[in-house]
Amino acid sequence: MNTLTARFDVQYATFHLHAAVDVPLQGVTAIFGPSGCGKTTFLRCMAGLERSSRGVIRFGDVVWQDEARKIFLPVMKRPIGYVFQEPRLFPHLSVRANLIYGFKRIPRQRRRLSFERIVEILDLHNLLKRRPHHLSGGEQQRVAIGRALLTSPALLLMDEPLSSLDMTRKNEILPFLQRLNQDLRVPVLYVSHDLNEILQLADHVVVIKEGTVVATGTIQDVFARLDLPGLVEPNVVGAVIETTVADHEPQFGLTRVEFAGRSLFIPQQALPIGTSLRVQILARDVSLVVGVPAAQSSVLNALDARVIEVGESQSDPYTVKVKLDVGCPLLAMITRKSLHQLKLHPGQNVQAHFKAVALRW
Amino acid sequence: MSLPEMDWVPVWLTMQLAGVTVVVLLLVGTPLAWWLAFTTSRFRTLVEAVVALPLVLPPTVLGFYLLVALGPHGWVGGPWKHLTGAPLSFTFTGLVIASTFYSLPFVVQPLHGSFESVGKKPLEAAWTLGASRFDAFLTVASPMAIRGFLSAVVLGFAHTLGEFGVVLMVGGNVPGVTDVLSITIYDHVESLEYTQAHVLSVLLLAFSFLILTIVYAINRRLPVHVS
Repeated sequence: MNTLTARFDVQYATFHLHAAVDVPLQGVTAIFGPSGCGKTTFLRCMAGLERSSRGVIRFGDVVWQDEARKIFLPVMKRPIGYVFQEPRLFPHLSVRANLIYGFKRIPRQRRRLSFERIVEILDLHNLLKRRPHHLSGGEQQRVAIGRALLTSPALLLMDEPLSSLDMTRKNEILPFLQRLNQDLRVPVLYVSHDLNEILQLADHVVVIKEGTVVATGTIQDVFARLDLPGLVEPNVVGAVIETTVADHEPQFGLTRVEFAGRSLFIPQQALPIGTSLRVQILARDVSLVVGVPAAQSSVLNALDARVIEVGESQSDPYTVKVKLDVGCPLLAMITRKSLHQLKLHPGQNVQAHFKAVALRW
Repeated sequence: MSLPEMDWVPVWLTMQLAGVTVVVLLLVGTPLAWWLAFTTSRFRTLVEAVVALPLVLPPTVLGFYLLVALGPHGWVGGPWKHLTGAPLSFTFTGLVIASTFYSLPFVVQPLHGSFESVGKKPLEAAWTLGASRFDAFLTVASPMAIRGFLSAVVLGFAHTLGEFGVVLMVGGNVPGVTDVLSITIYDHVESLEYTQAHVLSVLLLAFSFLILTIVYAINRRLPVHVS
């Protein structure tokens, strides 16, 4: 699998970004962190809009930047698409002309994605003849995404593309983003400070804090780490699980999903059996049971679990995080008193009771 | 009242001068305005002040220095005479050079302003879409700055039409070569030919009024709103 390797140092008067990451060129990699942590600068360096001293960027076998060897591929020469926070459509051009602006400028043999295909996927038919300022914010951002994709980029860079939109518009675009990833197989670097967006979209996560990369890995691994700086508390992610819809129990309003030979119940989803579905468990929704469990419980989801590690919570001294293995990593947040009473220790077998929800819109 | 034959020469000459000057001004002023809009150089303020000088200097001061520079012994006129055999002062070319300096702020300032309001963001978008810097300037920045260009062309043209002091200093009053409208009017008044002075003055007044009206009308209706 191809990898994007980046090392750079950016030093401004009040801001320092020191990044060294290897990102798989597959799926969606989220660059996650609080506002002002250097995410946007990170993306601008990748694009070549910003030139970092001592920077090295290698895209697969191609060197985009290597300051030691005085190599710097300018932004217009990099095979990227860039979606900015604000749409940045060209106001003097129609939607159609905006869309083909980049398409016209790449060599014919590099055009992998056709105009018709992008228009269809992003549902732009009715907008083509209009001017950008007659579109809603969500429509504009869809055009901007289409415009970037029509350069058939080898890498799509997205800088909080949903941050300027309200909830309704966000939910209007998220499905398109999901489809892009599935249908077009363009690797995406997706910058965001919104945990929900990332849980819905990302396969890999790079966590940046105060200009430094503090964690990288698959979304399951990163959010199962105990030492993640308090970025996401108090809504600590317990687990993000890729499941398959197994069957529905409409009389109870439930859907059963399966992963790694285990079953979970979630509120009913209108999805055909066999559909893959991402499911989230919040760490504070997990309770632990030690000893022989009662045969019946009001909690629908109960899985056998093994304690891997116990760690401190960053936000609350009376709470601890327990990392479990339930066939995938799972974090539980429990009180210090429970930890004390249950005498939890690594290697111990317990049962995890929790509620799970689907990550979809 | 009929117009004497001779008086069409200064009219034609003035149009030619203003036209050529505007073309030169756009060629010189556009890169200059672009630089002013996007540079981070510490010389920016200095250059801005120099460009604005003709706004406040008496035209005779500017004209005097230009005359010295362009004359047969000046640091521009000298080498020019050496190369071409003719001096720059009291010629049409000399007038174009002088007018370019004189009208420079009227072209650079509107362009500078509109390049600044276009800003870097659309350019960055164009670059990420594979446009070269020049391509992005032509296809994104220029159409978005269309109001600036329109103001620059009209103000540059109209201001050159109306110049007097600089022309008098640098061009003198050579019939058919440097005697533009404003000078001809002055000559008529000097010789108490008020009728001819009236005719040309009304012509200039009406023309200036007309093009300014057209500009403001078009400006209001342009499709691109950059704010």
